[in-house]
Amino acid sequence: MNTILKQAGLHDIYAKIEAGERISAEDAERLYASPFLPLIGWLASRVRERINGKKTWYIYNQHINYSNVCTNLCKFCAFGKEKGAPLSYEMSIEEIVSRIRERKDEPITEVHIVGGLHPDLPYNYYLEMLRAIKRERPEIHIQAFTCVEIAHIAKIGGKSIEDTLKDLVEAGLGSIPGGGAEVFSPRIRERLCPNKLPGKDWIEVAKTAHKMGIHTNATMLYGHIETIQERIEHLMALREAQDETKGFLCFIPLAFHSKNTQLEGISQTDGVDDLKTIAISRLVLDNFPHIKAYWVMLGQKVAQIALSFGADDLDGTILEEKITHMAGAETAQAMSRAEIERLIRNAGFEPVERDTLYRPV
Amino acid sequence: MTDLSLMMEQALARRISKEEALFLYKNAELAALGCLAHARRMAMHSTPIVTYIIDRNINYTNICISGCKFCAYYAAPSSECQGHSKQRPFLLSKEELAQKIRETLKLEGRQILLQGGLHPDLPLSYYEDMLSFIKREFPEIHCHAFSPPEIVHLAKLSHLDIQTVLKRLISAGLDSIPGGGAEILVDRVRERIAPRKATAKEWLEVMETAHGLGLKTTATMMFGHIETLEERMEHLQVLRDLQDRTHGFTAFIPWTFQPQNTALDVQPATAHEYLRTLAISRLFLDNIPNIQASWVTQGPKMAQISLFFGANDFGSTMIEENVVAAAGVSHRLSEQEIQRLIKNAGFEPRRRRMDYTLL
Repeated sequence: MNTILKQAGLHDIYAKIEAGERISAEDAERLYASPFLPLIGWLASRVRERINGKKTWYIYNQHINYSNVCTNLCKFCAFGKEKGAPLSYEMSIEEIVSRIRERKDEPITEVHIVGGLHPDLPYNYYLEMLRAIKRERPEIHIQAFTCVEIAHIAKIGGKSIEDTLKDLVEAGLGSIPGGGAEVFSPRIRERLCPNKLPGKDWIEVAKTAHKMGIHTNATMLYGHIETIQERIEHLMALREAQDETKGFLCFIPLAFHSKNTQLEGISQTDGVDDLKTIAISRLVLDNFPHIKAYWVMLGQKVAQIALSFGADDLDGTILEEKITHMAGAETAQAMSRAEIERLIRNAGFEPVERDTLYRPV
Repeated sequence: MTDLSLMMEQALARRISKEEALFLYKNAELAALGCLAHARRMAMHSTPIVTYIIDRNINYTNICISGCKFCAYYAAPSSECQGHSKQRPFLLSKEELAQKIRETLKLEGRQILLQGGLHPDLPLSYYEDMLSFIKREFPEIHCHAFSPPEIVHLAKLSHLDIQTVLKRLISAGLDSIPGGGAEILVDRVRERIAPRKATAKEWLEVMETAHGLGLKTTATMMFGHIETLEERMEHLQVLRDLQDRTHGFTAFIPWTFQPQNTALDVQPATAHEYLRTLAISRLFLDNIPNIQASWVTQGPKMAQISLFFGANDFGSTMIEENVVAAAGVSHRLSEQEIQRLIKNAGFEPRRRRMDYTLL
C-alpha cells in the first residue's frame, strides 16, 4: 500500500492517521479532490477498525412521523406540507399509541420519532406522546425530536431549551436524533431553509442536551447546492462541538433525494460521492464513535460497500419510513434482520444488534 | 511482512496464480483490493478515459431448447415441456428487426448485439439470411452476434464443424462474437445449471476458432449461483490461458446472477462480492485489456463505483434489455446519464467501437 499511497500523494495523511493525529480541513479537501477512491476507503477503514473493529451495528426500530405539517417548508423537503393542505396529516396520541401497540410482539428496542414544525400542536402534545408510548411499552427507548423540533417545542411552550429538555426527558425522551442539521453554512440555510433554526443554534441545542446527559446524533444532508468546503466546515463544526461535550453517538450523512421537492431535477448523488462522504466523515470525525450508512437513502448495495469505507452502522429494520420515500427513494421499505445480517457478514464484518446507546442486545 | 501484504505487493509486480487470486479474494480488505485493481487499471490505461458503446441488445427469439435453470427469459419450444419459464415464445420478423435497427441508428448507434435462444428448427441459412439482410439494409451496422452456445447449436443442427459455421456466418456479415453463454466455464457447474448448453470446452473452442479467423470477441462470467470460489477462479484461468494463445478477447464482462423467476433458489451475490470479483478479475486477467462494469445488474451507483475496482468501460447503452429484466432487475440509463456518471467519477467519457477504438 505504501507505493500506492505515495503515488496518490496521500502518504502524509496516512502517517497522521497512523499516529492518531487529526486531519485538517485542508487534508479533507485533498481527500475529496483525490481521484483514488478505494484508497480513501482504505484510509477510513484504519479509523473504523481502531474504533469499531469488525463490528457492524444495526437496530430493530420503529419509525413514527407524527405530522407532516410544517411551518419551515424547506426547499429540499418532499415531506412537509402547509397546515390544511391536501395530504397534510397529524396523528392523535391514540393513533400513535395504536401504532406502537400493533407491533408490540416484535422485539423493537427503539421508537424513532420525527415530524414537521406544527404551528399549533400544544407543548403538552409532545409530552403526552412520550408518556403514552411509555405507558404502552415502558421498556422501549424513545429517540425523538430533532434539535430543530426541540427549539420549536421550546418556543411553543415559552420555555428555555434546558427546561424543555427536562420536561421531555421526564415524560420519556431517551435521546435525540440527528436530523435538521442539513448543512450548517448560513449561505445554504438562507437559500434552502431560511425559516429553519440556524446552524449555530442547532449545535447549541445539541450541546445543551449533551450537558444534561442526553445523547444525540448528527446528520448532514449533502448532494444539493452545497460546496465541498461547506461540507467540510460542517464536519469541522461537529468535531469541535464533540470535543467539548462528547455527547454525539453517531454521524449520518444523508444523500439528498430531489423528487417532489422544490429542487427537483438535481440528480441523485453519485455512488462515488456517497462513498467519499462516508469515508471523509469517518476520517474527520475521529471523536465520533459511529458513522452510519443509512441504507434507506443509499440503497442496500452502496450501504454495504460503505462498510468498507468507514461506516460501522446500517441503521435498522425500518417500517413506515416516510420522509425519504416521499422524495422518491426506490429502496425497499424494510429489510429483515436476516437480510441485514447477511449483507454485513458477506462484507466480512460481524453484525451486532444494538440498542439506541450502542449496547449489544 | 505478513503473507497478505507480501501477496498484495506481488499482485502488482507480476502475474498471479489462481491460488494466489483466491487467497487475495478471501483475505484482502475490499478497499485494498480496489486499490490494487485500480492501480493495475491505471497502469494498463493511463489516460483517464472510460469508454462506452451505443448499441442495441436485440434478441431475435426467446425460443430455446436449453432451458437453463438460471434463465428467466426463454420460452420452451413446445408447451408440453414448458419448464419454469412463463415467457411467451416469439421470433422477430425481418421488419421488426429492421425497425429496431432504424431506432438504433437514430440514436447514433452503429452496432447491434444480436443474440437469441437455441431454436430447434431454424437452419443455418436462416442466420446467414438474417446477417446478410442486415448488412444489405444497413451496411454501416456492426453485427456483434451469436454467442458460442448458439454457434455450437448451429454446428450440431447443420452437422458442420464450428470453423465452417463461423466462416459461413462471417461471409454473411458476422463482425464479432459476444462473450455470452460462458456462465461458469467449469463442467460440474454447467451440468447442474445448463446441462443442454455448450460445454466449457465447446465454448472455448468457438472462441479460439473465431480468434483464429480474425474475429474479436468478448468474454463474460455469470457468478453468484452454485459455483464455488475455486470454480470462479478456474473460469478466469481458462480465459487467461486462451487469451495467451490468441489475444482475441477485447473485454471481460463479469455480472451477477439474478435469481428471480428462475429455477435456482439462491440469494443473489451482494455488491461486495461483485466488486471483489471485479477487482480480482482485473488483477488476474492481465492479458485482457478491458473490463466492463455491469450497470444492468448493479445499477448506476454501483457501476460508477466499479470504475475504481478495475472496470474501465461502462458497457452499452443497451436501448433495450430483456434477459436480466425478465429476472426482475430493470435499470435504465441514457447516454447522457452514462456520461454524467463517468464525468462525476473524474474520467472522460468516450464512445467506442466493439474493438475499443475510440469514436
